[in-house]
Amino acid sequence: MSEKSEKSEKSEQNRLSVFKTYKLYVGGKFPRSESGRVYEVTSSKGEWLANAPQSSRKDARDAVVAARKAFGGWAGKTAYNRGQVLYRVAEMLEGRREQFVREVADAEGLSKSKAAAQVDAAIDRWVWYAGWTDKIAQIAGGANPVAGPYFNLSSPEPTGVVAVVAPQESSFLGLVSVVAPVIATGNTAVVIASEAAPLPALSLGEVLATSDLPGGVVNVLSGRTAEITAPLAAHQDVNALDLCGADEVLAKELEVAAADNLKRVVRPQPVDWSADQGTHRLTAFLETKTVWHPTGSLGASGSAY
Amino acid sequence: MPTTAHATASATASAFADATASDSALRRFLHGLPGVDAVGLEARAAALGTRSIKTTAKAYAIDLAISMIDLTTLEGADTPGKVRALGAKAVHPDPSDRTTPRTAAVCVYPDMVATAKEAVAGSGVKVASVATAFPAGRAALDVKLADVRDAVAAGADEIDMVIDRGAFLAGRYLKVYDEIRAVKEASGTARLKVIFETGELSTYDNIRRASWLGMMAGADFIKTSTGKVGVNATPANTLLMLEAVRDFKQQTGVQIGVKPAGGIRTSKDAVKFLVLVNETAGADWLDNHWFRFGASSLLNDLLMQRQKLATGRYSGPDYVTVD
Repeated sequence: MSEKSEKSEKSEQNRLSVFKTYKLYVGGKFPRSESGRVYEVTSSKGEWLANAPQSSRKDARDAVVAARKAFGGWAGKTAYNRGQVLYRVAEMLEGRREQFVREVADAEGLSKSKAAAQVDAAIDRWVWYAGWTDKIAQIAGGANPVAGPYFNLSSPEPTGVVAVVAPQESSFLGLVSVVAPVIATGNTAVVIASEAAPLPALSLGEVLATSDLPGGVVNVLSGRTAEITAPLAAHQDVNALDLCGADEVLAKELEVAAADNLKRVVRPQPVDWSADQGTHRLTAFLETKTVWHPTGSLGASGSAY
Repeated sequence: MPTTAHATASATASAFADATASDSALRRFLHGLPGVDAVGLEARAAALGTRSIKTTAKAYAIDLAISMIDLTTLEGADTPGKVRALGAKAVHPDPSDRTTPRTAAVCVYPDMVATAKEAVAGSGVKVASVATAFPAGRAALDVKLADVRDAVAAGADEIDMVIDRGAFLAGRYLKVYDEIRAVKEASGTARLKVIFETGELSTYDNIRRASWLGMMAGADFIKTSTGKVGVNATPANTLLMLEAVRDFKQQTGVQIGVKPAGGIRTSKDAVKFLVLVNETAGADWLDNHWFRFGASSLLNDLLMQRQKLATGRYSGPDYVTVD
């Protein structure tokens, strides 16, 4: 028995380490960057962690095509079904908890317990947004009182393809807090991971790929934030921008580029990711559709019914 | 032009009089063609597909590709309205940019030719009509010829015929040859495109044989496929057909056009085909009189790329017309 355990210990030491190849997540697949480039990702202490793909503008374009293709199907699912799918994502995240704790600890220089708290909070946030999918219509829409024999109903609808610049500092909790609200309401997303700490985002792609989320609903790109966001901000087939992770100068440039086709833009502002997020990010990427429905002439009772 | 076309067709026929004298002579000729090196062909097509075409060359290629499109609608659900819309799109592919070249032709079923003709009247855009019991080609010769005559009478400038794949695969090459000759005659002045349905011919050797058979019988164009089967135009089978028209011109002096059709959806693909044309047949074929794309969704992608080159920002499907 002891001989056996000694043996296994020895083989443990002799094993070659298996390096993980981090790849992009686009259209439900894991491509390398079209440009073939990678860049070194280091821990907060400067130790090499992995090589991440350095996306080009063509990767951004491909991601938009994938997101557009996925939009109709995702937006067309019932809100209830979207909630189930998102809850499934949370289940998968829970199963990969250890991996995310390690990646967050490395990326943000946190102790294991602090990183674990971040990951737990992120999973809880995902569940929280999953619950919102079939409730947002109640708070963002409803019947409007009008002066005429009409039913007047407003209902929120997803904006379309949203380019999300994920927070630079909070590599996982912040990421989840900007991605989940976008897709919860039926939008599809092109996410630009934190430039210095992209690994949790790329791993999130692996989770999404295995959790019933249709390919293309979330697309994750890593690389130089300024390089990838510029073509996305000018892209005519992107409907909205969340500039959360862009610095002041970049955010201004992107907002100017986004004006051309009147994209919805959420400007960067300091956020405490551990606090309650409210519904701001859910409602930021919704369009209101209002219908007037004739009720016919009012009867003697004053009502058409 | 029509008389010279006829003259060259009969000159071609007499040049191959021996080969087409009997079924066995024709079989001997076609089976005597050198076999195709499948691995080499695919490698060559793939290698040419890696050429990088950028900036001004790309702009030139996009405009050329647009001008080479046979804008096609071949659905059971085609309505006169849809054909008119297609005609309008062929004349002005991008309404927001009038410098966009016109497409070469619109391609419709015979009963829609008159409608299409009206829609593109005076623009120089041609009307091509599929005929001969497209897409299966399973009908008696009389029926096929009546189909062709109908289309020509309605004003079709070009006829896209399908060969009898059943006869071809059974080795009855002379039947196929005679049919093409008969259709060519029925087409009159209309240019004849002969569709082989390469996806159904199963081997590269067969595609080479079909190409020669079609050219010997007087085709003005050889075309890969109908777009109705699983495998349509691929770079490899188009390369093979381009080699055939090159060799045929070298041997007889007669230039034949090539039309890949089906499955070409992106600008990148289209540019790859243009590279194949230039590197195989030569610059003589870089003109919509000698090379066409049978496509419909390709045009929108080319237009989006064109807008990208003009403005520097990526365009989207909201900025081109929906078919």
